[in-house]
Amino acid sequence: MPFDLNDPFGWFGEWFRGLLENLGLAPDAVTFVQNVLGAFVLGTITLVATFFLIWAERKIVARIQDRLGPNRVGPYGIFQTFADALKLVTKELITPTGADIVPYNLAPLLTVMSVVGVWAVIPLAPRLTGSDINVGVLYVVSIGAVGTLGIMLAGMSSNNKYALLGAFRTVAQMLSYAVPMVMALLVPVLLAGSMGMVQITEAQHSYWFILLAPFAALIFFVSSIAEVGRAPFDLLEAESEIVAGFNIEYSGLRFGMFFVAEFLHAFTISALTATLFLGGWQGPGAIEYPLLGLLYFFIKTAGVYFVVIWIRGSFPRIRIDQMNSLNWKLFTPVALTGLVFTAIAEKIATEFSLNRIVLHLGSNVFLFLIVLTALRSYARARRREQEGLALRGSDLPAANTQTQS
Amino acid sequence: MTIVQLVFLLVAAGALFAALMVVLSKRLVHAALWLIVVLAGIAVLFVLLNAGFLAVVQVAVYIDAIAILIIIVVMLTQRAMGATKIQVNRNWWLALLTAVVLCVGLLALFNQMPALQSQAPTLEADAETLLDDLGVSLVDVNRFILPFEVASVLLLAALIGSIMIAWPRDSASEEERET
Repeated sequence: MPFDLNDPFGWFGEWFRGLLENLGLAPDAVTFVQNVLGAFVLGTITLVATFFLIWAERKIVARIQDRLGPNRVGPYGIFQTFADALKLVTKELITPTGADIVPYNLAPLLTVMSVVGVWAVIPLAPRLTGSDINVGVLYVVSIGAVGTLGIMLAGMSSNNKYALLGAFRTVAQMLSYAVPMVMALLVPVLLAGSMGMVQITEAQHSYWFILLAPFAALIFFVSSIAEVGRAPFDLLEAESEIVAGFNIEYSGLRFGMFFVAEFLHAFTISALTATLFLGGWQGPGAIEYPLLGLLYFFIKTAGVYFVVIWIRGSFPRIRIDQMNSLNWKLFTPVALTGLVFTAIAEKIATEFSLNRIVLHLGSNVFLFLIVLTALRSYARARRREQEGLALRGSDLPAANTQTQS
Repeated sequence: MTIVQLVFLLVAAGALFAALMVVLSKRLVHAALWLIVVLAGIAVLFVLLNAGFLAVVQVAVYIDAIAILIIIVVMLTQRAMGATKIQVNRNWWLALLTAVVLCVGLLALFNQMPALQSQAPTLEADAETLLDDLGVSLVDVNRFILPFEVASVLLLAALIGSIMIAWPRDSASEEERET
């Protein structure tokens, strides 16, 4: 079979299938081997890519902080992470006294699994998806739950109070930010009319969903940063408060797995944002040449990832009460209202065949104005309250002197 | 016996063993973790029966929400590290008897069902159409809209009730929370 530039991945699959069949395997067995190898390759590529992600992140954060970053091992320090990984592998695996052995060892595995598992449903290019299941979005949500479970197990089984505190914070943060995240996730599902990631990407052929739902995109992006637990939402492992949080008792490769999971997770949410709101692999000429689609996908993901790092380098860690009130008082109501607005706008657009973009953008602007007004009146009320407190504080001694005289 | 049937039986046996461990494990946290294994096993069974949607919902609802909430409650209400309890009291034989009677009764009932086959029944339509049908029938006036809405109202009532319970009683404690 000749090489076909229009379908290189399909060509490779067919070629590999032919190779295995020539070896004398049954068709069922060939499919099985292909699936296992596909999962293996996808998992390995994502985990190896993490080495370079960590390097890129350290480099960019260093530039933001006016430093050079790693620059000794290899050109521009690109092999620094490999050196670090070698060091981690050679370290001793310490199991603390009184630890719950099985959950303690299971926790890092579950955390990595939940991150790598997401890549199974992300469409990387036209006709290149790990598994095109029709409930892809729900799958992403539920496999994220496994990650929460992993972190909770780590905190619980380490027999350490700081780790337990970290686990409690995990619960408070990851569970509550899942609410606005899922609601924002429903907006592209509504717009595309499908829960499959492939169909959502294909529905963004003429325009990206960020045009139709900028609010949902923003809420999804911010709450998924919180879900991952990265700065400014890194309360799970706030060094100055609870030492290292849930992973305090982990050493060597077990700690390395948490570390890899965290960095890969940041890249994964970038890929999700790119897929759901920035069109995934869509771009000029992507359908004819899937390799171009792969390139577009990674350019968009890298762009979002850069913003994630930028936020990490710029914002201080928020307090835990700020974290909770941001979620429950702002994100959840706004995401809920935005979902209703999107549904109404979509219905009007299809019923009266009006311009979809104008309607959706109009509803988003309306929502933005409401949020702005609400925030302004809230800030005013808070300021008045604080001024009142200050006034009362300064008035009291003055009143006392008056009564005395 | 095909490979799928073998996997099904193995997973079912594993889920049953985990269910047994839920009631037998000495530490409450371990019981909660075994419960997660049971729920995950059931999700795998759904996958093997071509019900991908149900499997994903099973994980999202039961493992993400319910099991994690149970773990939190266990962690908050007692010392999560130690705390072992004796699992049996002197009524254990009554419980065993009830379980055996229930098991035998269910088996007898299942054996009389004509639909019980050794093979999984083939689906009339593909998974996508069935899923659409599920969604439509929940909001169809002639089918399941009433139970669906009753369940929604019940959940809303529970939500409001929990907010009322958590609401600070007096203004002093509220001020304490604010600052």
